Amino acid sequence: MGSGDQGMANPSCPLQAPIPRRGFVKLLLGGGFLATAAAFLYPVLRYFIPPPVANLGVDEVVAAKVGELKPNSGMIFRFGSRPGLLILEANGTYRALSASCTHLGCTVQYRPDLREIWCPCHNGIYNLNGGNVSGPPPKPLTVFNVHVRGDEIFVSRNGEA
Amino acid sequence: MVATIIRWLDERLDLDGILAPFRHKTVPTHKLTYWYFFGGITLFLFVIQVLTGILLLLYYRPGADEAFESVQYIMTRVQFGWLIRSIHSWSANLMIFTAFAHMFSVLFLKAYRKPRELTWVTGMLLLFLVMGFGFSGYLLPWNKLAFFATTVGTQMAGEIPFIGHPIMIFLRGGPQVTGATLTRFFGFHVAVLPGLVVVLISIHLFLVQRQGMSVPPKLEAKRAENPSLRREMKFFPNFMLRELMAWYVAIGTLGALAALFPWNLGVKADPFASAPAGIKPEWYFLFMYQTLKLIPAKVWFVEGEVLGIVGCTLIALFWLLLPFFESDRPTRTKAWITGLGMFALAYVIGMTAYGYLAK
Repeated sequence: MGSGDQGMANPSCPLQAPIPRRGFVKLLLGGGFLATAAAFLYPVLRYFIPPPVANLGVDEVVAAKVGELKPNSGMIFRFGSRPGLLILEANGTYRALSASCTHLGCTVQYRPDLREIWCPCHNGIYNLNGGNVSGPPPKPLTVFNVHVRGDEIFVSRNGEA
Repeated sequence: MVATIIRWLDERLDLDGILAPFRHKTVPTHKLTYWYFFGGITLFLFVIQVLTGILLLLYYRPGADEAFESVQYIMTRVQFGWLIRSIHSWSANLMIFTAFAHMFSVLFLKAYRKPRELTWVTGMLLLFLVMGFGFSGYLLPWNKLAFFATTVGTQMAGEIPFIGHPIMIFLRGGPQVTGATLTRFFGFHVAVLPGLVVVLISIHLFLVQRQGMSVPPKLEAKRAENPSLRREMKFFPNFMLRELMAWYVAIGTLGALAALFPWNLGVKADPFASAPAGIKPEWYFLFMYQTLKLIPAKVWFVEGEVLGIVGCTLIALFWLLLPFFESDRPTRTKAWITGLGMFALAYVIGMTAYGYLAK
């Protein structure tokens, strides 16, 4: 608005003076347009982001019944909204891990022939403790706790049970 | 009758004036002229995609509980549904192939040089969009292979440092691939991408029309020296008729492929099943897939995955801006760009073959 004062100070030659009113109107219009655009864009941008899925807060699930799994085999179970892998080793020990490959999120499987966990997407291999043994996986699989109560096999997150 | 209508329109719209630029348009002829056809064939296949896509929309239902069943319904119950879907899938694959052929032919003929930089840039953007079409359309039947391809593909986007995670959430419509992802991909595939592509094709064609066809630099220099060596044919009808023949071959190939090798539907996606053994992406992503597979989990202190994805993004960006590395003068063109193009072509073919054969 400083230049506006100058313009007003020279009333004898209004055309040569800077046009403060025009500048002001431009600012108002431009600002108005920007504000309108922002008012349109902001809700749209927020709309892009999906609302958080109600976290099922699952800390423990019944993964399977005793006898459902043969020794030296594995199966996928639902752990909340993510897949888990339950393995019955040949010696009768149950193991449960996250089934989402730490590489790019494919669902892994137990390989009875290798006695290891295998991701077919990029040939990643984990040992039965979840350790990433070979291939591209950068991190080990999360290991869950397994409890057998009655004829049900319970799987829970570490530290919760 | 027809003549009357044409006269009526002509009086009001000056049809001659509209058609004049096409009458004057010429196409340079030389022994590599046939490479000019690939852009037109790609466009033709795109039109087929739009038409068959609209037909599929009559029966397709997006949604995790319905998508697979609706495609199954199209293929088994709807009359000629199998053919329409098969043509849509085959045409998509052929279109990606011809788009790549077009890109490499433009690269080797050095047609991207000044003043056609923007034609190249819009063309590359179209190529990326076409791959986006492939990626989003692949998920729509909601089968097992597509489910894991989408999991991997969106997770890869998620590996980009800083901005990756929000992009992944945006693409998936949540932290995992679910029915929400299918809904989004459907929207991208039938609304967002077609809109963008139509705008870009219009600009691309306008530029081609405005600037005319490029001549390879050596020939251009020779013809500039001795104008009597110039050879060209009229775009309309001479080139157009040849292009029509190419389209006829394209549609014949397409029909034969679609009828003799109908596209599979596969097994319905199950988010709580292991990824099937031998899973691979579509052939046009295979070279990237195989590259990522070969990068170890950690290179120095960077995660291999991040390295691969950031590398791919930078290469794509460089390819998009390739004309700006080229010399303005036809006699001084950069040989390294052609060399790089040859290497890229050999790499893509080699890695695709390796990815196809590798276990």
